[in-house]
Amino acid sequence: MTLFANSPVKSFVVARVASGLVSIFFISFLVFLGTSMLPGDAANALLGQNATPETVLALRTELGLDQPLPVRYFHWLGNALHGDFGTSLSNAQPVINLLVPRLINSLILAFSAAAIVLPLAVGIGLLAAINRGKALDTATGSISAIFLSMPSFLIGYLLVFIFAVKLGLFPPLSMVRSSASLPTWISALTLPVLTLVLVAQAHVMKLTRAAVLGVMSSDYILMAETKGIPRNRIILKHALPNALSPIVSICMITMAYLIVDVVVIEAVFNYPGMGKLMVDAVAYRDIPMVLACGVLFSTIFISLNFTADLLAMLVNPRQRLPRKGN
Amino acid sequence: MSGNRILSIDNLRVETRTGVLLDDVSIHVDRGEVLGIIGESGAGKSTLALSSIMLFKSGCRPTSGSITLCGQSLMELGTTELETIRRTKASYVAQSAAAAFNPFYRLEDQVTEIPAMAQKLTSAQRRRMAVELFEELQLPDPKNFGRRYPHQVSGGQLQRAMIAMALINQPDLIIFDEPTTALDVTTQIEVLRLIKKVASTHNCGALYISHDLAVVSQMADRIIVMRNGKMVEQGPTRQLVDHPQTEYAKRLVAHQGDGSYASIDGSDATLLDVRNVDVGYGGVAAVKDASIRLGAGSVLALVGESGSGKTTLARSIAGLQPARTGEIRMRESVLAPLVERRSFDQRRLIQYIHQLPDLALNPRQSIRDVVGRPLSYFHGLRGAAAEQRLRELMDAIELPAAYLDRYPASLSGGQKQRVCIARSLAAKPDILICDEITSALDPLVEESIVKLLTRLIKDEGLSILFITHNLGLALRFSHKTAVMQAGRIVEHGDTRAVFEQPQSDYTKSLIRAVPQLREGWLDGFSANAA
Repeated sequence: MTLFANSPVKSFVVARVASGLVSIFFISFLVFLGTSMLPGDAANALLGQNATPETVLALRTELGLDQPLPVRYFHWLGNALHGDFGTSLSNAQPVINLLVPRLINSLILAFSAAAIVLPLAVGIGLLAAINRGKALDTATGSISAIFLSMPSFLIGYLLVFIFAVKLGLFPPLSMVRSSASLPTWISALTLPVLTLVLVAQAHVMKLTRAAVLGVMSSDYILMAETKGIPRNRIILKHALPNALSPIVSICMITMAYLIVDVVVIEAVFNYPGMGKLMVDAVAYRDIPMVLACGVLFSTIFISLNFTADLLAMLVNPRQRLPRKGN
Repeated sequence: MSGNRILSIDNLRVETRTGVLLDDVSIHVDRGEVLGIIGESGAGKSTLALSSIMLFKSGCRPTSGSITLCGQSLMELGTTELETIRRTKASYVAQSAAAAFNPFYRLEDQVTEIPAMAQKLTSAQRRRMAVELFEELQLPDPKNFGRRYPHQVSGGQLQRAMIAMALINQPDLIIFDEPTTALDVTTQIEVLRLIKKVASTHNCGALYISHDLAVVSQMADRIIVMRNGKMVEQGPTRQLVDHPQTEYAKRLVAHQGDGSYASIDGSDATLLDVRNVDVGYGGVAAVKDASIRLGAGSVLALVGESGSGKTTLARSIAGLQPARTGEIRMRESVLAPLVERRSFDQRRLIQYIHQLPDLALNPRQSIRDVVGRPLSYFHGLRGAAAEQRLRELMDAIELPAAYLDRYPASLSGGQKQRVCIARSLAAKPDILICDEITSALDPLVEESIVKLLTRLIKDEGLSILFITHNLGLALRFSHKTAVMQAGRIVEHGDTRAVFEQPQSDYTKSLIRAVPQLREGWLDGFSANAA
């Protein structure tokens, strides 16, 4: 890889991976601390109305909840480092077995939405920049402002009302089994994906437009104009590459949002994703599950952020290459 | 004659919604001819230059007149035809090559972009063209030069690469828009010589725009003087330089002459004594073993090219960038390296004025707030006493007291710099550090600021450390001069002695490189240098 030889990229990757790992440890401890500060515990939650002081105490001993907090944390951490995230307190199954299918569901939803929203919104943002101040710019700007200012659940319910209740085109709920056929999957995913697309497009589109327009006032754009380069080529070849850094990073942040931050949408459509799993786990004080979700979420977030910064660095010759030599 | 006419602009008028940028301007350029356009910022020079390829900034449009390039009337052409004209007939060389090259692409890809779009040549042929031009422009390692990205080469090299880019489509007209303004004097010389050579060997016409009359007089066959969008005067270069007709042109020419300022009598009593100072950022030493002396009531010019450490040394005197070793004395007391460790009075007595008043003034503060702040902070002045002093200060900088209620945005560049001076004076300092305070201003505005400073030295008993890359200005204004090169003081003495009998080779080369109005100065320089 001569591209990376003698370049700042390598040290950047090493530093960021190291700091990322430290962050994940730190977050796991914070989540652990947070769960221990919640009123009540799994024993209370599991026994519910039938709890007597004796049964709660017995269950607590059985689950290891009577140990001091640091002991429990390091016990958990030791196991987690070996890939064992423990057993769900509410379900008695290994956490991993419950988590993985939900993670896959979330990724399916997120990637479907991202595959549509990222190219679409970047494209619309570009078109808006090209047609700055014209009808197309104003129209896309206003439409995205509308969806930006509506709560996501409202958009979800509106879509359900129109396409499921009134038109009957799609099911109102999206509870699918992984064994379901592809058409079933598509039909179940359409409304949640559409909701996410509408919710997420505004930021990506507005940022793309702003980034491209910011670059358009540079001296090298004027230079390209004096060279007689046609406007479309100027925007695509001269402006867009220099606007990539902010665009890539908003795309990655949007990806993170689509994976871990869609609890409300999952609730609206009753979609079996990660968000819903974590909310349920918190409700049942299922600490191993909450911890696993927390660590997984933060790992996804940190890796996406890292990817965004790495990509931004790779597309920028000034950061990728040292000042002297080539 | 008409066969040789490359560009002719007749009675051109360019307007924005609110005003007129060009008013009844007519110019023409023949093959093999360089037309110089001179004027201060806002005079419409760049607007005129870009109008020759029918490019107008957004919001501007031509409302009457005609533009003919290579026999084609541009006003009647559509976008696609204009783009073809720009690709084939004319090229533009911008002021700041560092900003005019796209940071995303290798130099050769940008230099050969137009031939690549035409798709008539193979990529190997295009590369060869670029390498030949890099050779012609004396760029280092021409075979591999184009593989570099813009941030990997120096400013002077970038400027030459941009000239190569301008030549690659064998244009009939080249527009040079302040092509050497961002360069140091010694680098400027090399680029000017290359431009002159290129203009004669490539048999095209050229527009050469600058605010520097000396530079234009070396480059152009004819000169047009512009002011406020109008042509003030025009004529063959020698005639215009030797016998200017209008008042404005006379002042421009006079500004280039020497000894037009009142000489300053500085005392020999040392006010500021900087001894063997080292200053660095991280592992880099920006100033090495520097010693300078500033006499009471005098001006010490600190000259040198960009990156020589002038500003770093000044910041260490102000305590903004602590000196690592050495000693800074003001009168009898030794100043702490860091400004936080200095006494209230020590801080008050040294005031710093920056190059760009736009960045040094808070746009949301009125002039009253800007100048009033040091009055209350250093002297506890409030109410009527403060108002009284504010009016005195406005008087001192020759602005009406009514300006106190204005905001920086409604002031011109020169007026803003005056406000910065007033803010410094408000502290009642002994020493003003002026860091390139006139280099963003037009020559005649610069002259008025320097006159103001000259008067303040007498009236307020100030001493000034005057940082500049402009040697002519140092010669006219300063009592003593220190020359910096690569972090070291290479020469320090009476200004007249430094300029008349320079000791170091570096000072000699700097002085030789200052553009002069004299006929054949540039050509003579080429002979000497060779």
